[in-house]
Amino acid sequence: MNNKKNLNEQNLADSLRSQGISRRSFLKFCAATASMMALPPSMIPAIASALEQAKRPSVIWLSFQECTGCTESLTRAHTATIENLIFDSISLDYHHTLQAASGDAAEAAREEAMRENWGKYLLVVDGSIPTLDMGYSTIAGMSNLDMFLETAAGAAAIISVGTCAAFGGIPHAHPNPTGAYSVYDIIKRYGSSGTDGVSAASIKHNSAGSVADKPIITVPGCPPIPVVITGVLTHYLTFGMIPELDHLGRPKAFYGQSIHDRCYRRPFYDKGLFAETFDDEGAKKGWCLYKLGCKGPTTYNACATTKWNNGTSFPIESGHPCLGCSEPHFWDGGSFYKALSMPTEDLSKTAIYTAAGAAAVGVALGALNSSKKSTAVAEHTKTTIDDLEK
Amino acid sequence: MTTSNSVLSQFNIQSTNEMTWNVIPLLHQIKHALQNLLDNNVSEIIDLRSIPLAPGEEDRLLELLGTGEVQARLNALGPSEITETRYSGVWLITHYNDENEIISRHIEITTMPDILLSQTQDMSIAFQQLTELLDEQNEQPAQPTDAMTTGNQV
Repeated sequence: MNNKKNLNEQNLADSLRSQGISRRSFLKFCAATASMMALPPSMIPAIASALEQAKRPSVIWLSFQECTGCTESLTRAHTATIENLIFDSISLDYHHTLQAASGDAAEAAREEAMRENWGKYLLVVDGSIPTLDMGYSTIAGMSNLDMFLETAAGAAAIISVGTCAAFGGIPHAHPNPTGAYSVYDIIKRYGSSGTDGVSAASIKHNSAGSVADKPIITVPGCPPIPVVITGVLTHYLTFGMIPELDHLGRPKAFYGQSIHDRCYRRPFYDKGLFAETFDDEGAKKGWCLYKLGCKGPTTYNACATTKWNNGTSFPIESGHPCLGCSEPHFWDGGSFYKALSMPTEDLSKTAIYTAAGAAAVGVALGALNSSKKSTAVAEHTKTTIDDLEK
Repeated sequence: MTTSNSVLSQFNIQSTNEMTWNVIPLLHQIKHALQNLLDNNVSEIIDLRSIPLAPGEEDRLLELLGTGEVQARLNALGPSEITETRYSGVWLITHYNDENEIISRHIEITTMPDILLSQTQDMSIAFQQLTELLDEQNEQPAQPTDAMTTGNQV
């Protein structure tokens, strides 16, 4: 135990030196870290300086209604050496899938980590949380909701990894049989007021602050890009604070621009060159996939630059439209293969907009699309064979 | 790259020659950075990972930059390649992990990339190690060396 405490008190520079890692190697690590955190290379000296003083934080990772895809993604991050260093530099005290301990010993590890690091540990959550019947998902006889609220009470910050934890994801999709909610919605619903069926003991208000006040970072994606997950953890490790977030709680460094704006096929969109089917001349020439249902214009993520599989490619580069998996309700947003703003409805609906002039057409189509998406969410439109054959 | 075009067409993948939207603007950025280095002695780093590049564009860029007089290889947490391009002051730095996968690739416009410089902390450790080595040598009983026996002293 003392060894563990000593380890937690070591800063990263001490930890690296004790492993015989040179300063030059450390600078290489910082260069890769800057790239991973989507920070400009001019930040490398600041990262080096901050990382030298960084302490080894305790991390508790809870998995609820999920498919383990997020953990699979994380453990397949391609920068193996760097990730190893980062995970050597955090104390991952509890993770169902990765920890060796099981049963009572596993739960004891979580409780011990909470006790020793109350108010300081990072809580990472993947999966949504059921609320209709607590029996839908339990761990060691404890409902997901109770475990989450109990653990969140002592956390310094909460990171919702994956679209399920961030926005409810597929478990939340219509008709949402388990009453699944995202971390943010659970905090909003149970964090400050009545427990509404949750055991009162699980809601704690103490020196670590109210559950409702916890900063939440959402890292959506189905799954998120591996280096985006580690990039967010590294940002906290490096600067000891959460990164700048957008209105959905996503780090702007990774989710600040749309897939469309960073897509290498964007020049084709600007020229009006579109693939109409998956095997036409436009598809073969790599033209824009907008008309095949690409959700790039309304999706904010780092796929177009960070890419997947060791930076090899991303869906659009492989010839498939973006599904928009890092956006709320992407599963209920209608067919993946219907274009965002194709005016399939009666065009008279848009007359009010088009009357204002040609420049307003985009606005009109956007408004129509927004309406279509809301309708599709409500009706849970299913993809049909006809959609696929378009 | 050219030899693989026929293979690419079989798999419905675009040939590289049609996808050069980002290469020329990037070369302009490098040229302006070089001008800034000459005029103001200010270095610049471009992270190629932060730029949306079409298939083949990075290869095309590296082909145009070419290879210059200096090539260095590090062995620090996996290998790294530091190459001065055919344009003096424009360096390509590629870091790999232990599995030889690229973890970052930068273009640096500078007189000497920082990663090549010996670091003060490493030199301090080296000084300590050399001191310990010499102390150990001094503790051992003196023995005639080959140089002494052959009289081949400097």
